[in-house]
Amino acid sequence: MPALEIDDLRITYRGSRGVIPAVRGISLSLEPGDTLGLAGESGCGKSTVAAAALRLLPPGTEVSGRIMLGGEDILTMSFGRLRAVRWAGASIVFQGAMHSLNPVHRIARQVAEPIVLHEGVSTDAAEKRAIELMAQVGLPAWRARSYPHELSGGQRQRVMIAMALACSPQLIIADEATTALDVMIQAQVLALLEGLVADRNIALIMISHDLSVLAETCARLAVMYAGKLVEEGPSHEVFGHARHPYAQALSAAFPTVGDPAERRNPHGLAGDPPDPAALPTGCSFHPRCPVVMDTCASTQVELRHARSDWQAACLRVEPMAPAQPAMLAEEKHD
Amino acid sequence: MSGTRPEDMRGTRPEGMNGDGTLRTARAIVWARRRAAMASFWRMYRAQRGGMFGLGLLLIITLITLLAPYYTDESELRASNAPGGRMEPPSSEFWFGTDQTGRSILLMVIWGARVSLQVGIVAAVLAVTMGTLIGMSAAHFGGWISWVLMRLTDWFIVLPSLVLAIALVMALGPSRTTIIIAIALTSWAGTARLVRAQTMAIEGRPYLERAKALGAGHWHQMSRHVLPNLMPLVLASATLQVSSAILSEASLSFLGLGDPSRFSWGTILQRAFLSGAISSGAWWYMLPPGLAILLVVLAFTLCGRAMETVLNPRLRGGK
Amino acid sequence: MGYLPTTPASESPLGDSGAGETPTGTSRPTARSDFWRYLGGRLSGAAVSMILVLFSAFFIFRIIGGDPVRAVVGDSPTTPEQRQEIRDRLGLDDPLGVQFWDYVKRVFTMDWGTSYVSTGAEVTDLMWARLPNTLLLTGTALILAAGLGVWIGARAGWKQGSMFEKTQVGISLTLWSAPTFWLGMIVIIVFSVKLGLFPVNGMRSARGVADGFLPELLDVAHHLVLPAFTMAAVIYAQYVLIMRSSIMEEKGNDYLTVAKAKGLRDDVVRRRHAVPNAMLPTVTLIALQFGAIFNGALLTETIFSWPGLGLLFYHAIKIPDIPLLQVLFIFFAGTTILANTLADILYRFLDPRVRRSA
Repeated sequence: MPALEIDDLRITYRGSRGVIPAVRGISLSLEPGDTLGLAGESGCGKSTVAAAALRLLPPGTEVSGRIMLGGEDILTMSFGRLRAVRWAGASIVFQGAMHSLNPVHRIARQVAEPIVLHEGVSTDAAEKRAIELMAQVGLPAWRARSYPHELSGGQRQRVMIAMALACSPQLIIADEATTALDVMIQAQVLALLEGLVADRNIALIMISHDLSVLAETCARLAVMYAGKLVEEGPSHEVFGHARHPYAQALSAAFPTVGDPAERRNPHGLAGDPPDPAALPTGCSFHPRCPVVMDTCASTQVELRHARSDWQAACLRVEPMAPAQPAMLAEEKHD
Repeated sequence: MSGTRPEDMRGTRPEGMNGDGTLRTARAIVWARRRAAMASFWRMYRAQRGGMFGLGLLLIITLITLLAPYYTDESELRASNAPGGRMEPPSSEFWFGTDQTGRSILLMVIWGARVSLQVGIVAAVLAVTMGTLIGMSAAHFGGWISWVLMRLTDWFIVLPSLVLAIALVMALGPSRTTIIIAIALTSWAGTARLVRAQTMAIEGRPYLERAKALGAGHWHQMSRHVLPNLMPLVLASATLQVSSAILSEASLSFLGLGDPSRFSWGTILQRAFLSGAISSGAWWYMLPPGLAILLVVLAFTLCGRAMETVLNPRLRGGK
Repeated sequence: MGYLPTTPASESPLGDSGAGETPTGTSRPTARSDFWRYLGGRLSGAAVSMILVLFSAFFIFRIIGGDPVRAVVGDSPTTPEQRQEIRDRLGLDDPLGVQFWDYVKRVFTMDWGTSYVSTGAEVTDLMWARLPNTLLLTGTALILAAGLGVWIGARAGWKQGSMFEKTQVGISLTLWSAPTFWLGMIVIIVFSVKLGLFPVNGMRSARGVADGFLPELLDVAHHLVLPAFTMAAVIYAQYVLIMRSSIMEEKGNDYLTVAKAKGLRDDVVRRRHAVPNAMLPTVTLIALQFGAIFNGALLTETIFSWPGLGLLFYHAIKIPDIPLLQVLFIFFAGTTILANTLADILYRFLDPRVRRSA
């Protein structure tokens, strides 16, 4: 049974700026122990996917499709069941660890909180477990008594990882978990996360705008643009020989870490990301595409297989087999 | 801030046009922009139900107050000319009954509005003007001037304002002017703090840096650049200030420190209290003036809060 | 971020990565001296404020009109010699400089003079005798207002846009707009005069009650209900509005999303995570309102004839009893400054971001 199976997920925000389709039909599947990197520019909908996995979207958001976590549909389960599944079934390492930790509670208490909640153990026992978890992410025991502001950015991110591991979930989603860190610390934290999920057979989704980081850590890569997957395949293939022009541009870009402008506009790519409230017709990438064709503006292009384990949504990709609506799960284990 | 600023216009001046012409064009552009800003302000204000309710209430109260001489007889306010009996309960003739000298309570409340509103508004304008000047100076000049001004501001914020105002009115002798001065002196500090913070934010903007680099004087910077940007905030602050000024006036009058020559809502309540209206159960003597205060204060508060909400998007609803 | 100035500004990703592995909290020795410097600054600031109060008390009450001699003797007939004797005793004809020097000396010896009316009574004795009554009233009102206000305000801010929030904001704005003394009058008419549930005024029954501690306590409590609720109403309204906006400021923070993602119930997220953080700015704002509490006490005690400092002040205004007014003014202002300074220091201990953990 897959750890996570997302099937035709569509998410629409309704706000003061009108109707915004943030995610427009995404399907993904992860077996326990799988690692998937999800890449794309800011605003492409990748963080929305992460929030949807635990049903953390703001009220009033329209969601359709299925998110199966360990065989249960997150989107239709009762609130009581949902609370039980949150963190115990899947946990999230949020971006911006500074703001993800409560400034007035000690670290140990925050790491122990989900243990107390989901396993019903005493606070003391849970804090002991929390200290063990912190040791596994390389934090000394005395740090447990610290407050978040007393830790460095890297240490706080380690705390977030320890917290994500607290209830031994089947799935961890790391949303820009290392973006705010400098290169050295980023490498350390990534190696740590990679090792921990491999040891425990946890499925991992890493979300980032930085394709190079994802390619190093994850077995497979998926690239999102304007709420849709535009390419999905083995990391070394997608990163080295991307088929979709947008994925090519992303892998050609070696963003300077921490530069916000880079996040919005990778090198070698003209124009801005599309306004989700007013998407271009046809392939939504066509206004920025360096190899655009006449048919691009008028043809809705779906993912097509370039190889059995590799697909891209571009008219220039020759379909391998008779074009079939992509269900990644089918091609998983060949 | 977007749009062309007056300084930018100078560079694009067509040949042969005199300086005056340019200035007028620049002014016209500035005014057009302000008009547009005002229109969008009004559009967002209109969306606030509380604010519109307050505004409507204020309009009605203003009309009742201003038109009083046309539908009432002021001479009936003199105790010697009182039309009714002593402490009559409400009747068809006197909707809210009469006081201990036989005057109509309703008439007193209608005429009392003049003093209450006048004192409230003038004191608020005075307080906000003081607060704005002090706040701007504290932000603009910095150094020891700022230090002294801010210590003074904190001092006034912390002190019990009513106790201080009582002392001031007693020292200066009760009159409408001294009440206004006392209220203004004890309520400017909040505005000063707000304006100081906002001025510092405005002074950090690039166009002001440029004006400074071009050698604009203090006065020019303040009057042309800082003040126009502060105006919406100052207006919202003034509106809220009217509320507390009216309440302060009522409290002072109630304690016997009101204008001895005319009565305000607070004075009516003081007379009710002293005449033993409470123990005799003469509710009609105190309900109308108190409700009048409540409604006016509520109306100004709702308007001020709605303005604040328009100015500060964080306060706006939504998720 | 809408934090108070004492908290660190929101950090950009760059700022964070620049910090690297060194803790962003400053290292311990300087932090400790920071705290002492802060404490010193606060205390000296309070001292300067207090000196300013003493100065203004002298000048304001020196120029207050009215004839002190008349205030002293009342309507009893006096000879010019007697009047002059009183003027000399009060030092009214001395030059202002001499009077001021006199005043400074008396400040240092804590000798605030005698009341004009209760001849011979030390004003400080009058004040201390009334103080417990005021503490009882304001204390009860404050606990009521703070407890209810913070609770309701937190719930209202959390459910922004809900019917509950709109109703509570409406009630609070209305209560805030009502003059305290008028609210008291209405409350007395309804609950005492018409319904006869509570005594009209005072603190104890005039006819006396059965001897013993319990009957007396119940008698005072019975008298306390109306004034305490009246005084609490206006403060309550302020606390609701303050707490509501503090919670609204907190609400966008990521740590609340994390708490929700952990599987905590919504009300646990609010109580355990949002409220403790929102309490910090609330404490500061509440501290700034201490002065307003005395305003409320003055008006409430007057309406209910509650024999506290406020009523003492009200009667002193009528005379006017200058030495009594002066010492009460200094007491009110001094207490407010003290309370504020304590709240500021308390804030440093409450907020771990600025507190130095041992």
